[in-house]
Amino acid sequence: MEPEKAAEKIRQAAKKLLEEKKVDVVVGYAKGTVPMRDRPYFANTPEECANLTWSSFCCNNLASLLIGRKGKIGIVAQGCVSRNLAGLIQENQFKREDLYIIGVVSPGMVDRRKVQARFSGKVITEVAEDGEDLVVKGRGFEERVPKKEVKRDNCYTCMHRNPVIFDEMIGEKETDSFGGELDKVAAPWEKLTADERYREFKDTLKDCIRCYACRDACPLCYCHVCFVDETQPQWCGKTQDEADVETFHLLRAFHCAGRCTDCGACESACPQGIKMRRLTTKIEKDIRQMYGYEPGMNPEATPPMSVYRPNDPQDFIL
Amino acid sequence: MADKILAKDKLAELLAGLKKAHDVFAPQLKQGKVTWAPVEDAKDLLWDFANTEFSPKDFFFPQTECMMRFVNQAGDPQGMLMQDEPRLEPPRVLLNIRPCDAKAFGVLDMIFCQDEMTDDVYWRDKREKTVLIGLACNDPCPTCFCASVNCGPHHEAGLDLLLVDLGEKFLVKVLSEKGAALVQNLPEASSVDAAKAAELKKAAEGSMTGGVAMDQVNKREVMELFDAPMWNRVFESCLNCGTCTFCCPTCHCFDIQDETQGEAGRRVRNWDYCMSWLFTVHGTGHNPRPGKKERVRQRFMHKFKYIPLKRGGEIGCVGCGRCVLLCPVNIDVREVVNQMNA
Repeated sequence: MEPEKAAEKIRQAAKKLLEEKKVDVVVGYAKGTVPMRDRPYFANTPEECANLTWSSFCCNNLASLLIGRKGKIGIVAQGCVSRNLAGLIQENQFKREDLYIIGVVSPGMVDRRKVQARFSGKVITEVAEDGEDLVVKGRGFEERVPKKEVKRDNCYTCMHRNPVIFDEMIGEKETDSFGGELDKVAAPWEKLTADERYREFKDTLKDCIRCYACRDACPLCYCHVCFVDETQPQWCGKTQDEADVETFHLLRAFHCAGRCTDCGACESACPQGIKMRRLTTKIEKDIRQMYGYEPGMNPEATPPMSVYRPNDPQDFIL
Repeated sequence: MADKILAKDKLAELLAGLKKAHDVFAPQLKQGKVTWAPVEDAKDLLWDFANTEFSPKDFFFPQTECMMRFVNQAGDPQGMLMQDEPRLEPPRVLLNIRPCDAKAFGVLDMIFCQDEMTDDVYWRDKREKTVLIGLACNDPCPTCFCASVNCGPHHEAGLDLLLVDLGEKFLVKVLSEKGAALVQNLPEASSVDAAKAAELKKAAEGSMTGGVAMDQVNKREVMELFDAPMWNRVFESCLNCGTCTFCCPTCHCFDIQDETQGEAGRRVRNWDYCMSWLFTVHGTGHNPRPGKKERVRQRFMHKFKYIPLKRGGEIGCVGCGRCVLLCPVNIDVREVVNQMNA
């Protein structure tokens, strides 16, 4: 379905929910103030639903904004967001019956850095969707860019564009994947020796400024006190020294094992354009292949890292 | 001081002169990003860029800075005595710095070096050793709003020199003795050149729309703004990450830590950010800003009310628009200030 048509249906569905008082708020997306940055939006009244939108620029994972919220919540959810909702239900962060999920098929979101890279140094003033293309406007130029060339990396290999749990579907379900091969994402890492891999890891993270946007955008990172914020004792130094920066990223990645849906919110949030998925995609693959488990597919399932079985794979234990 | 003229084919010469006594840095295109880097060659300089993605504040206020060292050994005669870390930074030139970023350093001077008792030697040392050569914005971005926050695309405050791109040459505005010494051999500008620069300035200022209004914010009492109902909505989508404060040219909060490893000890300061729940948490466990609402409010109130109140009307924002572009959830400072002013 065309994003604009889906947006209209989302507005209608949200308005109805608030009018009928089935929910206290509908969490969705609204048009942002800069190109290619549609933003999370909380519609608290039926009137505010007019601000809701849907597009290929909805890169935030809204599930992360529900943590700690009380009451009945309506939420717009594409495949990955619905999977994170399922995961958060598994982890007792909220109850299924407190959510009303407006399901929508993900068109695959646009990576604004990839679009900007095509117009290096130029100021982009407006980007609109037109069928399969983006129409990119700036001072003295207007060009069409095929959307399929500038999607976020994770959207190429997404296996679940359709929401896995929902109360209402906007439009019909579509193909679950765009045909990208998820196993190939981690493949380049696997070919490297441990030393080479460590060098790549360091190089990937060299621009990190520890703003924690990746953590704070992630629906898995809801610890009341993150390990890097612990002070008694302080597990992790506060400096820009490699050891401190890398400790944060390594431990965060491990905390995501068996939970990460590869939604890409971390990379979209990063102000430095760091490719965090280089770490998480290998973990995702291991969980899928070793445990036969895909996170967030079923709110009733038990995540593999929360259970012990005598026949669990152990050959990686030193 | 009289304006000078720099022909574009004389740039390499000027650069060579600067490099004799300074490390020269300028915005350059590195891996697709406009970022501050040492200048190797005049041809690497950019002339039609918007601005660097991050502010150059780390030249004076590094994200991590060792202030002192000590021997972590109680029995040692020197044990636990703080030794000042020598300040070894060489003289530097920041070339093609945008006027907003230079203005921001002036705002920070008022905070880091207030009086005899509040005189941050780490900040001041690097400021005194650095020459700022600005590049005026003839073509401000849609996210820029400098003209509405006591700054502007050709603003001169804090700069030693300001280059105005006239096409085939630059008009060089000489703004300090330090700057004058660097361009004394350049020819003087004609009144025609000066008029052209003034025209460009006017056009750049005129092209800026959609800034912020501050009249009501200035009039209102602190508590009226503090208790405004708008804060109940602004924070809703905030992730409480550090992006806005870290990219900001005027955010300056820091946290000081003592680190030890064996017998080595150092006192180090790191950027801190008011979005973090850990920011200024008391030893008792009391948190003066326990929720997202309080933390988000702090950032905007600090910039647009507390700083103006305490620093003679100076605003803690120079309108560079970086946070507008980089905030992961697009909380737009212009919208927030206009709501405060509504």
